[in-house]
Amino acid sequence: MKTVIDTGCHAVALAARSAKVDVVAAYPITPQTSVVEEIATMVEDGTLDCRFLPVEGEHSAMAACAGASAAGARVFTATSSQGLLYMHEVLHMASGGRLPIVMANANRAVFAPWTIWADHNDSLAQRDTGWLQYYCASVQEVYNTVLQAFKVAEEIKLPVMVNFDGFILSHSMVPIRLPEQADIDAFLPEYEPTWRLDPQNPSSFGNVTMPPEYAEFRKTLARDILASIDLVKKAAENYKEYTGMWDGDVFEPYLIEDAEVVVLSMGSMASEVEISVDHLRKQGIKAGALRLRLYRPFPAEDLRKILPKNTTLITLDRNYSFGMEGGVLFNDCKAALYDKRNDVRVLNQTIGIGGLDLTWQAMAQAILALLEA
Amino acid sequence: MTTKLKDLPKDEFVLSGNGACGGCPATLALRIIGKALGPNAICILTPSCTVASMGMTPATAYNWPSLNVCFATAGSSASGVVYAFESLKKKGKIEGELPTVFNWVGDGGTYDIGLQALSAAAERNDNFIHFCYNNEAYSNTGVQRSGATPRYAYTTTTPKGKREPRKSMPMIMLEHNIPYVATASLSHPEDLYDKVVKAKNTKGFKYIEVLAPCYTGWQFAPHQTIEMSRMAVKSGAWLLWEAEYGNVTLSAPTKRLIEGKVPKLPMAEYISGQGRFSKMLKGEDREERLAEIQSDIDREMEFMKQRAAIKL
Repeated sequence: MKTVIDTGCHAVALAARSAKVDVVAAYPITPQTSVVEEIATMVEDGTLDCRFLPVEGEHSAMAACAGASAAGARVFTATSSQGLLYMHEVLHMASGGRLPIVMANANRAVFAPWTIWADHNDSLAQRDTGWLQYYCASVQEVYNTVLQAFKVAEEIKLPVMVNFDGFILSHSMVPIRLPEQADIDAFLPEYEPTWRLDPQNPSSFGNVTMPPEYAEFRKTLARDILASIDLVKKAAENYKEYTGMWDGDVFEPYLIEDAEVVVLSMGSMASEVEISVDHLRKQGIKAGALRLRLYRPFPAEDLRKILPKNTTLITLDRNYSFGMEGGVLFNDCKAALYDKRNDVRVLNQTIGIGGLDLTWQAMAQAILALLEA
Repeated sequence: MTTKLKDLPKDEFVLSGNGACGGCPATLALRIIGKALGPNAICILTPSCTVASMGMTPATAYNWPSLNVCFATAGSSASGVVYAFESLKKKGKIEGELPTVFNWVGDGGTYDIGLQALSAAAERNDNFIHFCYNNEAYSNTGVQRSGATPRYAYTTTTPKGKREPRKSMPMIMLEHNIPYVATASLSHPEDLYDKVVKAKNTKGFKYIEVLAPCYTGWQFAPHQTIEMSRMAVKSGAWLLWEAEYGNVTLSAPTKRLIEGKVPKLPMAEYISGQGRFSKMLKGEDREERLAEIQSDIDREMEFMKQRAAIKL
């Protein structure tokens, strides 16, 4: 295993190279741009044996990925914010078509007004598209998760999105440990599509269906998305066996066994949350932290199991669900706990919108204020 | 050398039992195209009449692997398929001759919603054929205006006739400086066949547009599809030509017309059998409007004449 010092964006490109992707179709957008630049360079200098498709926009990027995946290739792309929103229609096609595309998304708040800094509304707006969604807390985890995402995607034939906060992770230069290629190859063997566009076997895909067939397709899709939770856990375990690295599976818990207050967050803010938990513990508050690594499918059963009795769960929502009290995370947690874990009180704090700085001090203050209210 | 109709391959790739209207020009065109492409091909479809008519899951009437894609994405979807095959071939993961990837798309998916992705694929010179079957409206959704709808044609979104002339997609594609652009008509199936064969044997981006007189949209009798196609060519409303990297060659019927060797069928005669124009040509300004319609076509012909004279 060797270590390089590089950015989150380059970690994404390195992971795509480690996964030996066949086709990358992507369009640059801040703060994801250097993913595209790096992959284009790798393809050009021959260090990545892949076709790079420089499309004219993200809608086309996802469409090209869908076409390439349907043709049997291992396919990767990356985007951010408006780019992800622009893809929306085709995201549905990718999941409905059971195309195991992996996409990295550098989380960035959405227009209007213009901003380039992080929050999670871009990817959370894709909640119901049928994509699995990971949220990473470190640059290393971004690299690791792209590889795990391929493993899961190809096993269950579903597309997977790997989210990493724009600038905070995309532009941070840190040491990244790169496992031996032989270990990666053993973890992630060559992609063997179960079906593809093949003139030897002319079949049609995505045709018009009558309601009974359509409903059946969607039912199967919904079932398989839920079932993929186990595959996500298995992939994390499996990855650890080959590389020794572990970022959690669906959750990453921190000091929660005896916690009376559990702070739930997603993405890069989790490390600051842990510091604020330490701070709260010093003040005599039995606090713990829980980082949600897999947002879709939502690990509801795992949440119900992992929370200690009579806890207060505080969700830190880096998003708005406009027109509904609390954020997306808050409402998902409440739905998951309602009627099954009525001993858990759920509170909510909107935080870090549009790149607002997230310090552990501010978090600790917000948590204290919520508890006192 | 022109292929004779009786010499076309007997193979059929549009199977019987599809859901197209009687006299459907798109289905007729695809049948000829299929004979030229053969079995080693992959069909990409955007929402259009043919998606509705190819048949429903699990039985479809196309004998190629066919992928339904989002409306605006013919250009990018086909590129993705092509890049995948090229990549897998290079890596030794698949063997044999690479299939011909082709789009089968209407004027909506070509002129309008699909233009951006198509233009980008042409500029990249990606290796596939884009076929546009141009029925001059969104026929599948019940005939609404498109960028290909001619002036004064009725559609449900131009109830008093379209005020603007159509744009020329073949010309737009021509100026992408791509290996091959061609137009074709159902009245000249051998010409269509030969053009498809040429496109199939050319590497890079190829664009072929077939005029598809749609009897429900244009309001004529279903048995007149070929007749309408022929009148379109005779009047100059549909010009037949092909071009390699911008070098235009006029196809014989259009060449004779542009050189004045055959008389030009007046537009008034061509459109008289089309119900879509009748309401707009009933008023006092009938002659004025007819003159405008004729002048749109005269302009297209003059432009084509001068463009064809440019040798690059």
